[in-house]
Amino acid sequence: MTYTASMRVWRGDDEGGELVDYEVEVNEGEVVLDIVHRLQATQAGDLAVRWNCKAGKCGSCSAEINGKPRLMCLTRMNTFGEDEVVTITPLRAFPVIRDLVTDVSFNYEKAREVPSFTPPVGLEPGDYRMTQVDVSRSQEFRKCIECFLCQNTCHAIRDHEENKKEFAGPRFLMRVAELDMHPLDTLDRKELAQDELGLGYCNITKCCTEVCPEHIKITDNALIPLKERVADVKYDPIRWLGSKIRKRDGL
Amino acid sequence: MATLPDASRTAGRATISQRTLRTDKWWLQPLITVIVLVSFVIYSTWRAFSNANYFYEPLISPFYSPCLATSCVEGSTNFTPFGGWWILSPALIILIIPLGFRMTCYYYRKAYYRSFWQSPPACAVSEPHKKYTGETREPLILQNFHRYFFYLGLLLNIVLTYDAIIAFRNHDGEWFHMSVGTVVLLANATLLWMYSLSCHSCRHALGGRLKHFSKHPVRYKFWTVVSRLNTRHPMFAWLSLFGVALADFYVMLVAQGTIQNLYFF
Ligand code: SF4
Ligand code: SF4
Ligand code: FES
Ligand code: FES
Repeated sequence: MTYTASMRVWRGDDEGGELVDYEVEVNEGEVVLDIVHRLQATQAGDLAVRWNCKAGKCGSCSAEINGKPRLMCLTRMNTFGEDEVVTITPLRAFPVIRDLVTDVSFNYEKAREVPSFTPPVGLEPGDYRMTQVDVSRSQEFRKCIECFLCQNTCHAIRDHEENKKEFAGPRFLMRVAELDMHPLDTLDRKELAQDELGLGYCNITKCCTEVCPEHIKITDNALIPLKERVADVKYDPIRWLGSKIRKRDGL
Repeated sequence: MATLPDASRTAGRATISQRTLRTDKWWLQPLITVIVLVSFVIYSTWRAFSNANYFYEPLISPFYSPCLATSCVEGSTNFTPFGGWWILSPALIILIIPLGFRMTCYYYRKAYYRSFWQSPPACAVSEPHKKYTGETREPLILQNFHRYFFYLGLLLNIVLTYDAIIAFRNHDGEWFHMSVGTVVLLANATLLWMYSLSCHSCRHALGGRLKHFSKHPVRYKFWTVVSRLNTRHPMFAWLSLFGVALADFYVMLVAQGTIQNLYFF
């Protein structure tokens, strides 16, 4: 079934921009990214958009559709009414380059602030041995496709540019949690999470979880467990006393 | 309506002045939360200060149990460490625990940060505050003490379970009877246990803090079960809140003689 949809797309660059209205054909089974491509092909040849797989796996096509941060390639047009205006804007937490394309380098900078996997000294790659139960918890976090929708939606940076310095954002605190739970990682990352990466900025309001296209339970399974781990070492006098009496490392 | 804070406008972001472009009813959820929580606070404040109609052998309201002052009505207690100098309502002593437990609960934090503090009111809807430091400093850094309230809450659950068990007596203290009140107190205790067991601190203490599940098979089992409950923690948070209010309300109605505590046997 084919119909003509009303779309509004943000056009502009870092100097300014505006929402521009388009009327465009929509066919059965199409997703928002298809419509953006049709716009490019028929009436806005210079419309900038970033995409790659069209299968929800590369994390390139993140945008905001009717105000909700989503992947354009996973948002079906039939979730909107035929007479509904569908608005597409670039991610709002990052600097815009052009139209729907933003500069997400903030995320790569933050990624570099997380010390990489640190196996025990002397243990060579190839000699790593671990049981499935010990890794299955953090495997959930490996589903991440680096779309940065969570980073874009987290109000701690979305509404407060000034916090970008202090706060690594949900995606990278999840990375810290992943490594802290890793059976072969030897670094203690709890102080780092709280003191360097700004875990305290997260007020567990779960927007990262709400927008994650991989349905990773970021808040429940990574951020809150990480907060609990931090509380173990920093805010738990009883444990602190216990650790003075006998070493509890390597549990 | 608030727009984006200045710093965020000047950082080369797309110039969009609307606070949000969401077209759904994003304000509904926070609104419901405010209405429900405010109603509960009004009801429980009134009941906590009323200092009356909280005991009718063998039923005691969860707001007043354990009753720790000598001013507690006769028969409602035999443990009064607060003695006679406590002149306020005895509910105010014990309610500190559930209050602290729920205020620092990870789920309620989400609920009230979103609804009361609007930080954020909903996802991708900008918050009205100029500055935001989250839980990095006083007083909100104290949320990290949630686990202590969790342990105190467990003690309280034991007392309230005991209350439900002694409700298997009749008004004259004879055992092996059961009334609507027994069911009400049992349901209340059960919901409170589910709320506590599904708590994130519980999940952490039982197994979450381990690095090697394989070395602790029993704790791993516990962790698995609690993790499953944990996904329903928000539901238990609400149900147990209603449960406590309803249990108190029922005991109040019985104690003031509005209704009879109907006995099945
Ligand atoms: S749960 Fe924490 S990290 Fe996730 S969006 Fe909310 S504040 Fe940000
Ligand atoms: S955690 Fe989810 S939302 Fe965040 S970058 Fe990864 S896939 Fe995207
Ligand atoms: S194009 Fe790859 S995730 Fe959408
Ligand atoms: S009681 Fe809700 S997280 Fe602990």
